[in-house]
Amino acid sequence: MRLALERRGERSLLIAFLSPLLAIALTLATGAALFALLGKPPLEALRIYFLDPLIDPWALQEIVVKATPLVLIAVGLAVCYLANAWNIGAEGQFLIGAITGGWVAVATHGTDAGYWVLPAMLVLGALGGAAYALIPALFKVRFGASEILTSLMLVYVAELLLDWLVRGPWRDPKGFNFPTTAEFDAVATMPTLIEGSRLHFGAIIALLVVIGATLVLGRTLKGFEIKLVGAAPRAARFAGFDDKTLTVVTFAISGALAGLAGIIEVSATINHLQPNISPGYGFTAIIVAFLGRLHPVGILIAALFLALTYIGGEAAQISLKVPLDLTKVFQGILLFYVLACDTLILYRIRLIAAPKVAHGVR
Amino acid sequence: MADVLTASAPAAEKSERGDEIPLLEAVGITKLYGDFVANDAVDLEIWPAEVHALLGENGAGKSTLVKMIYGLLQPSAGAFKWHGEPIVLSGPAAARARGIGMVFQHFSLFEQLTVAENVALGLDNAPLAGIEERVAEVSKSYGLPLDPRRAVWRLSVGERQRIEIVRCLLQDPKLLILDEPTSVLTPQEAEQLFRTLRVLRKEGRAILYISHKLEEVRALCDTATILRGGKVVATCDPRAETAQSLARMMVGGEVGAVRSDGSKRLGQSRLVVKNLSFTPEDPHGVRLDNVTFEVAAGEILGLAGVAGNGQDELFAVLSGEARAATAESIRIDGKDAGHLSITQRRRLGAAFVPEERLGHATAPRFKLSDNALISGHAASPMVRRGFIDRGQTLAFVERITKAYDVRKAKADPEALSLSGGNLQKYVVGREILREPRLLIVSQPTWGVDAGAAAAIRQAIIDLASRGAAVLVMSQDLDELYEISDRLVVICSGRLSSPRATRHVDRGEIGMLMAGVGMKGKGEGHATRA
Repeated sequence: MRLALERRGERSLLIAFLSPLLAIALTLATGAALFALLGKPPLEALRIYFLDPLIDPWALQEIVVKATPLVLIAVGLAVCYLANAWNIGAEGQFLIGAITGGWVAVATHGTDAGYWVLPAMLVLGALGGAAYALIPALFKVRFGASEILTSLMLVYVAELLLDWLVRGPWRDPKGFNFPTTAEFDAVATMPTLIEGSRLHFGAIIALLVVIGATLVLGRTLKGFEIKLVGAAPRAARFAGFDDKTLTVVTFAISGALAGLAGIIEVSATINHLQPNISPGYGFTAIIVAFLGRLHPVGILIAALFLALTYIGGEAAQISLKVPLDLTKVFQGILLFYVLACDTLILYRIRLIAAPKVAHGVR
Repeated sequence: MADVLTASAPAAEKSERGDEIPLLEAVGITKLYGDFVANDAVDLEIWPAEVHALLGENGAGKSTLVKMIYGLLQPSAGAFKWHGEPIVLSGPAAARARGIGMVFQHFSLFEQLTVAENVALGLDNAPLAGIEERVAEVSKSYGLPLDPRRAVWRLSVGERQRIEIVRCLLQDPKLLILDEPTSVLTPQEAEQLFRTLRVLRKEGRAILYISHKLEEVRALCDTATILRGGKVVATCDPRAETAQSLARMMVGGEVGAVRSDGSKRLGQSRLVVKNLSFTPEDPHGVRLDNVTFEVAAGEILGLAGVAGNGQDELFAVLSGEARAATAESIRIDGKDAGHLSITQRRRLGAAFVPEERLGHATAPRFKLSDNALISGHAASPMVRRGFIDRGQTLAFVERITKAYDVRKAKADPEALSLSGGNLQKYVVGREILREPRLLIVSQPTWGVDAGAAAAIRQAIIDLASRGAAVLVMSQDLDELYEISDRLVVICSGRLSSPRATRHVDRGEIGMLMAGVGMKGKGEGHATRA
């Protein structure tokens, strides 16, 4: 008796849908075991972590707020990953977007600048993120440098740049020496959707991006080009598509979306620049992209789930006294299971009985 | 080499060969996939020092049978005996341990590794040290030239196959299974391989030889087992049969011969290549040296040559996957095309069929309708204002299917799920249905069954008779003789002068393929032959 992986003739569509769910189930089971090891009642803990936020109106809103940057970043990453370009530095592009967009807010602070401020912030945020993503892309195309390493390392550069800005040139003179910029003016603030709630207009932008990306990837020649270059580079060259140009284009797209997410996050929820503006959205979005099967609609669902782990993690920290880092542990376990379960799309597991020597042979 | 015959087990049964027993015996082997019977009670005897042919069309069950012999699949019923003893081949390692080696039609090589490293990976517990020497030694003694230190991704199909053969020979097999081994070899290379196989036979090894090429089976094999629809329909001595009678048994009917309507009227030149020199980016690639030729409307020009003599580079630079140094060195339909991209050349009316069906001509995991876009997006209504018209791509797949009898399990499957012959019909059909004025096709019928090959050749001839210029690159000389009007030979990146096919004999072509009598610096090679 042994287990064997048997290649499927065609990929299984059913499993492609089921595999993320299976991964989530396995993550929950592992999580329960983890809680038990920590000496917490496992079922109770899972309820606090994953169910309670879903029945609390405030937590539901927070889930959408946290999912917004995840969706924006992950859609861009999916475009990159489909084209076989590995942008791991979305966190850095997110920060640079917040900086370049935030610059408008800082520069116009206290003036009577009009309603053009917020649109200008969004555009500059996207441009800044795109420009920052072009660095690893051009290094890869020109010198063959691994984009995985360069894009990741640039994250730390961006973190330090933001840190320096808010402690140095951009620090609010009336801010009691706290490392933050001045609070953004009203014209530099993302409007909320419902009066008095934290739900903001960025969620609508994220939805529009999902719809747009679904159309581009599913219906257009550009989308076909992206998928073909990633899946079969030689066939893509035969089709007349240039993989180098596409690497640059997809990096620019994902950088722009990450930068947009950065400036939206800052203008909508924080309202000033400070050293910590992201709980690792750029990295969590990598998990979102894979959990969502690199499909924009899947990403929308996956982002809501990952946002739940953030909210649940905060709740668990308060009521269970477990460390907040448990959220990251959950996210890591989830990514692991997602990638493992994907094997089942191309392969099926078979139990092979030890073959018996046929009897009765003449 | 050791005398493997001494290992014979004591005789356990009688047969027509007296006390002797077969090396391998298959008894009532049946393989079921759900309701589908891939092998139906197949009996087979393979004797030591025998070259045994396994004949059959694609889908006849040959691959299934040999995969069971090599331990990759388990039979649903029936049993194998080795030296008369019932055995279970639980996997390839078990088969190799018994002394069964196999050279596959589709190679399993790591592109980034060298020849020697690939060989080492395929051997069970082989010491890595000294492997280069052993590869060089075996490749030399069996006439399979290979540089052990070259990376596989730089090698042609023909050279890759040699790696697989050498890898098997290093394991000292008692039974060697070869799946379509000559499909990428020149007549001389094939003849060299036959010499190798005859040496192996003399050493007492058995060879199970899978092929579509009936003439070579008749020249080489002692016994032929013919499969049709998963059943053994005949076991015979191929030397006592004609190619026609073998073909009849294989397909269960007559095979239609390819016909051209005879009266050829050639038009103006549609492809003019003049003083084309090209240095590939890959330092180990073949440099094209002052290549000059023309293909006229209505003409089929055949390009013969040993694998790895510049065919890949010529295809790349003619198709536009690589650009030529000067625009005027390649003219398509009267327009300078050397600097144009492949898409722009397609818009000039050119179409291309590369050698590799999977991965180059098609994306394996893409549906046929998406694969239609690979060449179709250049000039067709499948894409409008950047948007893909799914109705059009599906209708195009339907047209290809009807015109070229592409057999598939559902309307729009992934390319990977088609058999080799059917995928090749799809790829050739995809290009020909666009009615190109110039078609450049490499290895149009490699590893394709007789029926599909005839259909593809007929389609190429019909396209030329409608006024297209066709350049066919092939390592199958029979094919070139069958369809081309003129022949030209490539060797080390240089081209011979074109000759009318009916005025040139095989010996002459073979000499040119070896570099003898080439114009230019050909003299240097004359000493080698």
